Amino acid sequence: MISHKEILRTLAMIDNQHLDIRTITMGISLLDCAHEDIDECARRIYEKIVRKAENLVATGCAIENELGIPIVNKRISVTPAAIVAGSCRADDLTPIAVAMDKAAKECGVNFIGGFSALVHKGFTEGDRRLIASIPAALASTERVCSSVNVATTKAGINMDAVALMGRVIKETAALTAADGGLGCAKLVVFANAVEDNPFMAGAFHGVGEPECVINVGVSGPGVVHSALKKVKGASFDVVAETIKRTAFQITRMGQLVAQEASRRLDVPFGVVDLSLAPTPAKGDSVARILEEIGLETCGTHGTTAALAMLNDAVKKGGVMASGHVGGLSGAFIPVSEDEGMIAAASGGTLTLDKLEAMTCVCSVGLDMIAVPGDTTAETISAIIADEAAIGVVNTKTTAVRIIPAPGKVVGDSVEFGGLLGSAPVMPVHQESSVDFIGRGGRIPAPMHSLKN
Amino acid sequence: MRGIVTVVGNDRVGIIAEVCTLLASMGVNILDINQTVMQGFFTMTMLVDIGNTETPFETIHSSLKKKGEDTGLAIRIQREDIFNAMYKV
Repeated sequence: MISHKEILRTLAMIDNQHLDIRTITMGISLLDCAHEDIDECARRIYEKIVRKAENLVATGCAIENELGIPIVNKRISVTPAAIVAGSCRADDLTPIAVAMDKAAKECGVNFIGGFSALVHKGFTEGDRRLIASIPAALASTERVCSSVNVATTKAGINMDAVALMGRVIKETAALTAADGGLGCAKLVVFANAVEDNPFMAGAFHGVGEPECVINVGVSGPGVVHSALKKVKGASFDVVAETIKRTAFQITRMGQLVAQEASRRLDVPFGVVDLSLAPTPAKGDSVARILEEIGLETCGTHGTTAALAMLNDAVKKGGVMASGHVGGLSGAFIPVSEDEGMIAAASGGTLTLDKLEAMTCVCSVGLDMIAVPGDTTAETISAIIADEAAIGVVNTKTTAVRIIPAPGKVVGDSVEFGGLLGSAPVMPVHQESSVDFIGRGGRIPAPMHSLKN
Repeated sequence: MRGIVTVVGNDRVGIIAEVCTLLASMGVNILDINQTVMQGFFTMTMLVDIGNTETPFETIHSSLKKKGEDTGLAIRIQREDIFNAMYKV
């Protein structure tokens, strides 16, 4: 029998250290929903999502009860809508997002991802119409998330798409100004986007994926933090080992939940995403882990090294615990969703430039960052270009989820509520990037020899 | 299928008897019990067999939870699998 002590340790992780499964995400292919009439296409999309995911939430809740582990979110990701709706004759693809939103509500999931386009090498007509529809789609729906992939290591960076996304983000913020630009919190611009990510807002069901799949995202910053408190002053060898052990345990639990969900729903298991996903709750912060490692405040010198080690140790510990690992796997650093990051950014120690450096070694990128409402589209595009360059050159996924908060200035804060948290408005450089963004075209793919 | 019942709270007379009686009434067989009292704080873990009872897991789960609420204790049941996953390779 498992020892008394181990049982109580697990209960402490769940009760006091926010141990949970962050999401069970069902990926659904919508490739067979294409139709030239947009209303028929939307009807097919709604019908298919509801048919495939009708038992998702109930199954998630049953597993939660039996294993005694909270499963915080049940979500859906679908084929990038630009591919499915590319055949529609309509210019405005908002009805597709409305159908996705309605299906999400019917299934009881809090987010549905995949109002997306993959344009790293260029746009199809469908891609152009979808991207043009993003602001209205995010303003007229509640649960739909959107993402656009503008760069890959193999294709380089589509700078026309980068320029376009700066304008789309500004327009989305304007259309959702009453909610602090909330629409932008549901819009991710990627480089090297992955096809099996279960986490929002960037989840979509890639075209290489099966008809339907279950992906699980684990979490557990609080558990890692708590484990590190017990090795104060120990060397980095001990710190890395402690993180690996903890990540292993968390991921084993994720694997168990994924297998259970897969079996009960009769849907193949895809991947476990080994992520440390923070929440705004106290004790569930990645920034506080970095501080526990020895930094006075997250963002000070040493932060990038600490994050690099944390990210690597999480992967090393988790990878053996799961049959298939995928998604974004690593440590997330969303500013508004992490209590320690909010404090560090509000205090001025954590800056946009430092966050950019951190994204070279963390799992994704500049995430949930509020900037002043008067930040220009070109500046936002330039931030996206920088982030995409990091991803493309380093062969990793990077992303930008940035909110130019309407009417807000540096020092203000934007409240999004729930898991999205609240974001302190951070300063951006005032010097212009207009001519840089105005060039357009593509930045060629980088070479992969002569590495320096 | 096997489950782990945990009972945590302030120590008093009859906790084990009450929980065991409830489990017996639902046809749940107790395979192992481990308990400690530290500074008046009672913790008990039980390995139980829930494979041979007709009572659904959901009923056992909610009955134990209600018992906990009525007696001021934290009582829960979880499938053993979660602990095996975390501690056994």
